[in-house]
Amino acid sequence: MRFPKTSGILKVKAMEVEKHPREIKRVLGVLPQENNLDPDFNVFKNLIVYARYYDVSKKEAEKEALDLLRFVHLEEKKDYSIKKLSGGMKRRLLLARALINDPEILILDEPTTGLDPQARHLIWDKIKSLKHDGVTIVLTTHYMKEDPQLCDKLVIMDFGRIIVEGKPEELIKKYVGIKVLEVDAKLEVLNYVLKKGERFEQFSDRICIFTNEPEKLIDEFTRKFKLEKTVIREASLEDVFLKLTGRGLRN
Amino acid sequence: MKTIKVNFPIPFLEPIFYLLALGFGLGFYIGEINCVSYPAFIAPALICISMMYSAFFECIYGSFVRMYYQKTFDAIVGTPLNVDEVIFGEILWGSTKSVINASIMLLVVSAFKLVKLPDSIFIIPLAFIVGFVFSSIAMCFTAVSPTIDSFNYPIFLFYYFNVSFQRNLFPFIASSQTNSNFIFYFFSFNACILYFKRVNYRIFRVEKHIKLNMACCCWSNINYSFNKLNEEEAYNLKFSIKTMHNFY
Repeated sequence: MRFPKTSGILKVKAMEVEKHPREIKRVLGVLPQENNLDPDFNVFKNLIVYARYYDVSKKEAEKEALDLLRFVHLEEKKDYSIKKLSGGMKRRLLLARALINDPEILILDEPTTGLDPQARHLIWDKIKSLKHDGVTIVLTTHYMKEDPQLCDKLVIMDFGRIIVEGKPEELIKKYVGIKVLEVDAKLEVLNYVLKKGERFEQFSDRICIFTNEPEKLIDEFTRKFKLEKTVIREASLEDVFLKLTGRGLRN
Repeated sequence: MKTIKVNFPIPFLEPIFYLLALGFGLGFYIGEINCVSYPAFIAPALICISMMYSAFFECIYGSFVRMYYQKTFDAIVGTPLNVDEVIFGEILWGSTKSVINASIMLLVVSAFKLVKLPDSIFIIPLAFIVGFVFSSIAMCFTAVSPTIDSFNYPIFLFYYFNVSFQRNLFPFIASSQTNSNFIFYFFSFNACILYFKRVNYRIFRVEKHIKLNMACCCWSNINYSFNKLNEEEAYNLKFSIKTMHNFY
């Protein structure tokens, strides 16, 4: 789905996007969603060629490429062909490529989608260290566990419009509460919760009740109904997202 | 701008096969044309074929794969480069490939002693221009094609048409002194323009128009001058053969 611009001006570092695209792209680093590495080159050559597009001299590019390969733990695979890399390695190489011009702003489009947990945690660590070095990071993701760890400011968007913005912890506290009690979706439980007026979300076989005191509720439930599976967990951004955007499928 | 590793030997074989099959094979049955033996008659056309082949197919299939399947263009546009610069780089690569193929073909053809070597060196800079024209036209088709299968349109309506009706392959045209082959080019071009009108335009619209106009203007001039030059070479060879006859 594409949402063309309706109004307004976008400025990056006080430069308008439509008037100074080249200067803006010089300070920008982009990690795209699809792996568009060049299969005609090996790992090292990919970084060098990309650096040449930024007008970095070849010697400097080689030094920078080696440093970056060390940063993403790919220096042994320097001469590998792209086809031999796994998904996690390709994402790391793309991260190295996005950093080749020493950007001030880094845009990451779903950086850890589809990766195994080790690769995911490695990329999170690298992003945190980059944040520590002062790089501004713009991250888009569907993986809600990423946001509280990495984000200082969060924006939830749906159909091209911003729904809420704010710090992750504040959003959770405001919209969902601190803890979530998950119980089986029996009719008696549903009626009881509706009567009591608690905040809740209903799935096909479970009810998630958002409350700050789940232990009291669990005592009540076990006294009144026979419940098989009850879980008490921390509220997460996924609950916030589902609550705000609803459950309908997108298209 | 783009350096790509290519399997060199295989694409060179196509015009060499033409040379052997048509030139020497068919030439056994055909006598002399314009006082030049048949292989020598079609030798300049074969060099022309190798130029057109490399430039056109590189910028059709190669660029389409890079743009659509590998999404390399998207990666490059994230750097401080525009889309037109990427396209220009692709065209330059097509022209370079055409020069390389033409020079190799020239060596092969002169090894068979069909073309006089010192005079025909002039072909190599001209190969760049011819490659540029064909690459530009090919990039227009690449920009507009929705899938990789729709390249059959320009290949059969444009490329093969031009290859078959070259001045030095189609004797009917070679004998006439006027630039009547321009009419044939115009025909094939119209077929392709009809195809354009049926297809949705994409973001490359502006570049496409510029390059189409440029290619049209250069088109008949380049080919006319190029083929004229080839004929002069062939005539040079004819004279050298005549002198050789005088010796014996």
